[in-house]
Amino acid sequence: MNKYNILSKLALTFLVAVIVTEFNARAAKAEDDTLVLYCGRKKSLVGPIVRRFERETGIDVKVKYGSTSQLALALLEEGKRSSADIFWSQDAGTLGALTAVDRFAVLPDWVLSTVHERYRNPDGRWVATSGRARVLAYSSKRVKVDALPESVFDLTDAKWRGRVGWAPTNASFRAFVTAMRNEHGDEKTLAWLLAMKRNKAQVYSRNTPIIQAIANGEIDLGLPNHYYLLRFKKVDSTYPVEQTFFKAGDIGNLINVAGVGMLSTSRHKQAAARFAAFLLTPPVQQYITSEIFEYPVTEDVIVPEALSAASELNEKAPKVDLDAIADVEGTLKLLREAGLL
Amino acid sequence: MAHEQISPFDIVFHWRNAQLLLNTVLLVAGVLAVTVSLAVPAAWLTTCTSLPGRRLFTLLGVLPLVVPGYLMAYTFRSLGGEIGVISQLFGIVIPRPSGYFGALLALSLYNFPYMFLNLRASLRELDPALEESARTLGSTPPAVFTHVVLPQLRPAMLTGAFLIGLHVIADFGVVSIMNFDTFSLALFQQYGMPNRTTAAWLALMVIAMAVIFLATEALLLRGLRLDRVGSGTHRMRRRATLGWWTLPAIALLTLLAIVSVGVPVSTIAYWSLRCTWSLTMLEDVRDAIVNSLSGSVPAAIVATAMAIPIAYMARRYPSKRSFYLERVAYLGFATPPLAFALGLIFVAKYTAPVLEYSLILLVFAYSMYFLAEAVGPLRNSLYRASPRIEEAARSLGCNGFTAFWRVTFPVMRNGIVVACALVFLSCMKELPLTMMLAPHDFHTLAYNVYSYAADDAMFHEAAPYAVAILLVSTGLVAVLLMRGRKLV
Repeated sequence: MNKYNILSKLALTFLVAVIVTEFNARAAKAEDDTLVLYCGRKKSLVGPIVRRFERETGIDVKVKYGSTSQLALALLEEGKRSSADIFWSQDAGTLGALTAVDRFAVLPDWVLSTVHERYRNPDGRWVATSGRARVLAYSSKRVKVDALPESVFDLTDAKWRGRVGWAPTNASFRAFVTAMRNEHGDEKTLAWLLAMKRNKAQVYSRNTPIIQAIANGEIDLGLPNHYYLLRFKKVDSTYPVEQTFFKAGDIGNLINVAGVGMLSTSRHKQAAARFAAFLLTPPVQQYITSEIFEYPVTEDVIVPEALSAASELNEKAPKVDLDAIADVEGTLKLLREAGLL
Repeated sequence: MAHEQISPFDIVFHWRNAQLLLNTVLLVAGVLAVTVSLAVPAAWLTTCTSLPGRRLFTLLGVLPLVVPGYLMAYTFRSLGGEIGVISQLFGIVIPRPSGYFGALLALSLYNFPYMFLNLRASLRELDPALEESARTLGSTPPAVFTHVVLPQLRPAMLTGAFLIGLHVIADFGVVSIMNFDTFSLALFQQYGMPNRTTAAWLALMVIAMAVIFLATEALLLRGLRLDRVGSGTHRMRRRATLGWWTLPAIALLTLLAIVSVGVPVSTIAYWSLRCTWSLTMLEDVRDAIVNSLSGSVPAAIVATAMAIPIAYMARRYPSKRSFYLERVAYLGFATPPLAFALGLIFVAKYTAPVLEYSLILLVFAYSMYFLAEAVGPLRNSLYRASPRIEEAARSLGCNGFTAFWRVTFPVMRNGIVVACALVFLSCMKELPLTMMLAPHDFHTLAYNVYSYAADDAMFHEAAPYAVAILLVSTGLVAVLLMRGRKLV
């Protein structure tokens, strides 16, 4: 019987230890210089930024990493009791959706004034931290540059049958379709979706597999976001895939943004605002551009060669109201109608 | 901005759901067929024959459990294609595994240990006297196998099939990588959208599918009694000698091990060679190990502790109540993890807000979710425990609990160890529940692997965490297997 006694004592001790650690952790949370960040970006990408903020300001940041949409769902579920102070979203659509239900407080002027007004919500409820462009990726081995389509609508041409890859369930794609609906109308968008399907566009679950599929010879063209290929190239500069924009103003060149919003239920608004401002400082914008390969939203940032100059980006990108990308319901309905969801 | 509401009718009866349903059913059937065909010979060879290196092959047969499913699928994908591993090593371009067959391959190899373990446990407990009686009555060895051995393996096969089936229904990592549309994948994608209504309806459909699966299993197991009615216990089995079948048997098992364990492990090893090792990174790995263990170990203990009374009641006092209780235990696993997590957040918010995003809630979530994995081995070990000895103990003066503790519990020990091990391994690999419910700054090994490997080309950065998962999990499994002949 002795060993069972010991076992039960051990179990009890363990349980007590767990409970004590828990309450200790909670006591620490009550202090003023802490910040709870719900981060829809990966730790591998932004972990260093958070660490640097902690070192510079002494504010302890507790990060909840997850996918942008799941975190948004958690925020909605938590409601007023949420302990989140600031939300870093991977896409503008989610920011817009949360703004529409009044979850974000107005950011102070000293945060908003650092960026151009196209990179923030008109009421100041969220601010962009980096730009993410849609591009056309192609195989450097099998596709000649002069054969590339000029517009995203040209991809339904018979010569691209079975050679194009896309990720219709991906959030960035949804934002792109919403923008397309806003600019060209529902009918034309649905027609394009159905035509792509008829042209046997290959479906992938996310953007990275599109790039890998091009490299592996399964498809020749793809519709991802711009930074994926750059991250591949950083590791292997001979990766057999290239990318380019469509013609200037084409909806296929949509620029989406990642951004932050301060929760209206936050009890650490000062710290949250400081974090938002920190993300817009030159060192962080430089890091985002050079390491994560996303476009900066402030001036005075050295853009690596691989990233097209910001001026070219502004020239090629269509003029889109980022808040309008929040209407995902209509897009979902369209995607369902097209049988893609 | 008009937000149109989609009616539930449209959601449930959409034509695409029929296609998803068909895909999921075909995948489950395929995976079950493959795992049974792999596990039955493997279990028989390692338990009942004189195969050399039995311990090693047993360990290798269990090892696929330590590899997270998405990692398994990912490493297989990276084998083929123009820039794949095979192409780089041998210059041959093979197509990358994808679609139905890719998902079938990854899911079968990843889940076959569940069947393997269950079969092994049952095979050890088989009474050779029954087979010998059949032989003396004139049956040939194949007939003996079909009519005497296989029926006794029924609970093990069904438990294994059941667990594997639920795993396949619930999986969205492997099918996402292999581009094969199943219900759970569609559900996962739906949760990626801000409309919870559609996601909720799909979740209910997934649960309904799992419930049907549960009901089928219950029907097939009805009325099965396998304990010994005479006195005493069964004799140790004499191992069958293989003779010149030894070499093909070893070849088969080695091939299985190479494919199911060798491929993922060597890919991870290759990544770790290209990784930049540093002190901060090792500190991060150490923190992640501590986090993973502090969730998985308590969850394994709690889940097993919760499962013991359920399994016991189901076997000893079969009634409608215990039947449903056992099935409810399986419901945790049948629920899509995101739905489960959101539900728990909701419940915690209104009943015990202090527990929100705490380790206690996470451990509770793990235990409830993986309860099914604990109940199976415990229930199977109880098939062999005769109620008669327990009744004898009670007639000799022990109260109910003491009789259980001293008579039945030792018999269940194998089952308990297996149950703990299975829950532990599952928790180490678990991702969606952890991401939703974990305390802030609580980053497990599995999250780190996913973070580095899933979206970006940073697979070599994921290597240290993947290696840590493999080492910790393998360590535990090896310790369990090597501790004694009687375990597993």
